[in-house]
Amino acid sequence: MSTGIANTAARLTRPLSRGGSRRAGTRIPLIVTAVLLVAMFTVGSLRYDGFFSTQVVLNLLIDNAFLLVVAVGATFVILTGGIDLSVGSMVALSTMITASLVEHQGWSLGAVIPLVLAIGASGGALMGWIIHTFEIQPFIVTLAGMFLARGLCYTISTESITIDDPTTVSIAQARLYGSGGLFVSVSVIIALVVLLIAFVVLHHTRFGRGVYALGGNETSARLMGLPVGSTKVAVYAISGLCSALGGVLMTFYMLSGYALHAMGMELDAIAATVIGGTLLTGGSGFVLGTALGVLVLGMIQTVINFQGTLSSWWTRIVIGGLLLVFIVLQRLMTGRRAETD
Amino acid sequence: MTNRLDPPAGTARGPMLKRLAGHRLLWPSLVLIALLLGNLAFTHDFFAVRIRDGHLYGSLIDILQYGAPLTLVALGMTMVIATRGIDLSVGSTVAIAGALACEHIATSSDPDGAGTVLTAVAVALGVAVVLGLCNGLLVARLGVQPIVATLILMVAGRGVAQLITDGQIITVTSDKYHMIGGGHWLTFPFAVLLAAALVALTALVTRRSALGLLIESVGGNPAAGRLAGIRAAGLLTLVYVFSALCAAVAGLMISSNVNAADGNNAGLWIELDAILAVVIGGTALTGGRFSLGGTVLGAMIIQTLSTTVYTLGVPPETTLVFKAFVVIAVCLVQSPAFRARMPRRRKTGHPRSDTTAGAAGRQQEARA
Repeated sequence: MSTGIANTAARLTRPLSRGGSRRAGTRIPLIVTAVLLVAMFTVGSLRYDGFFSTQVVLNLLIDNAFLLVVAVGATFVILTGGIDLSVGSMVALSTMITASLVEHQGWSLGAVIPLVLAIGASGGALMGWIIHTFEIQPFIVTLAGMFLARGLCYTISTESITIDDPTTVSIAQARLYGSGGLFVSVSVIIALVVLLIAFVVLHHTRFGRGVYALGGNETSARLMGLPVGSTKVAVYAISGLCSALGGVLMTFYMLSGYALHAMGMELDAIAATVIGGTLLTGGSGFVLGTALGVLVLGMIQTVINFQGTLSSWWTRIVIGGLLLVFIVLQRLMTGRRAETD
Repeated sequence: MTNRLDPPAGTARGPMLKRLAGHRLLWPSLVLIALLLGNLAFTHDFFAVRIRDGHLYGSLIDILQYGAPLTLVALGMTMVIATRGIDLSVGSTVAIAGALACEHIATSSDPDGAGTVLTAVAVALGVAVVLGLCNGLLVARLGVQPIVATLILMVAGRGVAQLITDGQIITVTSDKYHMIGGGHWLTFPFAVLLAAALVALTALVTRRSALGLLIESVGGNPAAGRLAGIRAAGLLTLVYVFSALCAAVAGLMISSNVNAADGNNAGLWIELDAILAVVIGGTALTGGRFSLGGTVLGAMIIQTLSTTVYTLGVPPETTLVFKAFVVIAVCLVQSPAFRARMPRRRKTGHPRSDTTAGAAGRQQEARA
């Protein structure tokens, strides 16, 4: 509690001395990410044949649509200073529920998708409620959620369930063609709509400001009379909803449900958010940056695929390295706030 | 390790019932006993320990042996959590250590030589120290949140382990290396003796010197600790290095038990099991207090749970569902807000009363 007050005091005095530079400061990681993305694309285009095409960029979106949706949800949670480790498992659970209901029970997609989304949102809301009501760290509660969702997958089936349902397959394989033979999948459109909605909600609504305020300083937010509890529950519900939707998109992408889908996706989502310039301590960040972060992760994968000789585990190492750079960068940007109190 | 487990349950039972009721290790011990008795109902020779070829065999010995790596990882994790930190990278460290050692033995000309095995162990432990230093420096010097700092190594470490093994599963044929995780010494599984020795050593160093107190002070109240002249940075670095070392020994055990290094699956999710073991053992995630005995009990509970699920014939993966409920239950019991709320049932809806009640609960806990 005392450190919280000290932080508040430090924060209150900070803007006077630093002025507008602080706002510009939070954008530096975002600029670095954008430069990195362009640099990777340029280097890739120079080194590999067929890399320099709009379709390569669109493929990034097609292959990472589900990650984008999941990462947008994670951004909400991280902006409040929390963390959601259950997203990967929730994605897997959604693929399992969708696949088993459609394939084994013969449900129509129109009934399954709302059900899956409702499960995701209510699961997230439940975790948020526990976190808020019992003041347990988000990390351990969402860890339990992670165990639970992954375990429930196995109670449905330990095997992969392949989807042959004609409607699902046709939606999954539908391509929206633009000029010049360029195409995207339906998932890309859904992911971009989710991104747009998240942008509007975070930057142009009262709820969005509440999210930032909560991440900035929970005590201050409470003293200002903001609905801390409901905001907290809502961000975890949003994260759950986004992971469920990400799971539905992944079902379309993989055309199967499997308990081992989306292993480690929570880390990818967190990495994308951090690389996109959102502070892990909360209170500062951009949801559009998260989209850039997802593209960077996708670009790493693409470059490694084009290189051919590099093995896929380099992806993990490069992501880890990037994460390190950005986290150190964040620390240097925000100054030594912790040490000043 | 059996010796360490028995006293809290056995010796205090008769005369000091009152003291026992308030003991921190009461609940973990009861859970463990209940789990073991539950197993007895399904497998009648569950408690039977046989001696074959001069080695001990039996379900209990299996639990001890397979639980040894988890106990070690949880031991390191306990120290980290006592400083209000967390180490997510232990699973990756397990994989890296196993991969390094197996790679060294597999490529050497004399895989069964004592020198080769010792060098392999030294290489694995040396690299673990470097990994721990990385974590420690990020947390202590740069002030990055522990969960985030160790997340980096958790993500990258698996890749590094794959890189070392070249994506393959490296198999080794070395009796001396197999000793670490699968061998027997003085009729006991060597892994159990090693884990017990390390736990005992840690208990000795932390409880017989001021080190344990210093570590707890870093987690309990960093500001007060700093004013009292405690150098938090060094201690923080120390616990992360210790955690990495424990994880590396566990990695050696796991890989030597199966005579192979698997960069992908070795130590997968062991960090979560270790955290769970620590939390079940009564060490709160908020730091400032730790219980080594509790951690050992916690690790044994988790291992027994896994064994139970196997013997029941339930798909082993569904253990995760049980674990989820255990995590939530334990956290709720530990949560001051939950304790404060329980007798009153209905919420007061006043955040301020929660915090004061929480503080009171915490004080009460500290006295107990």
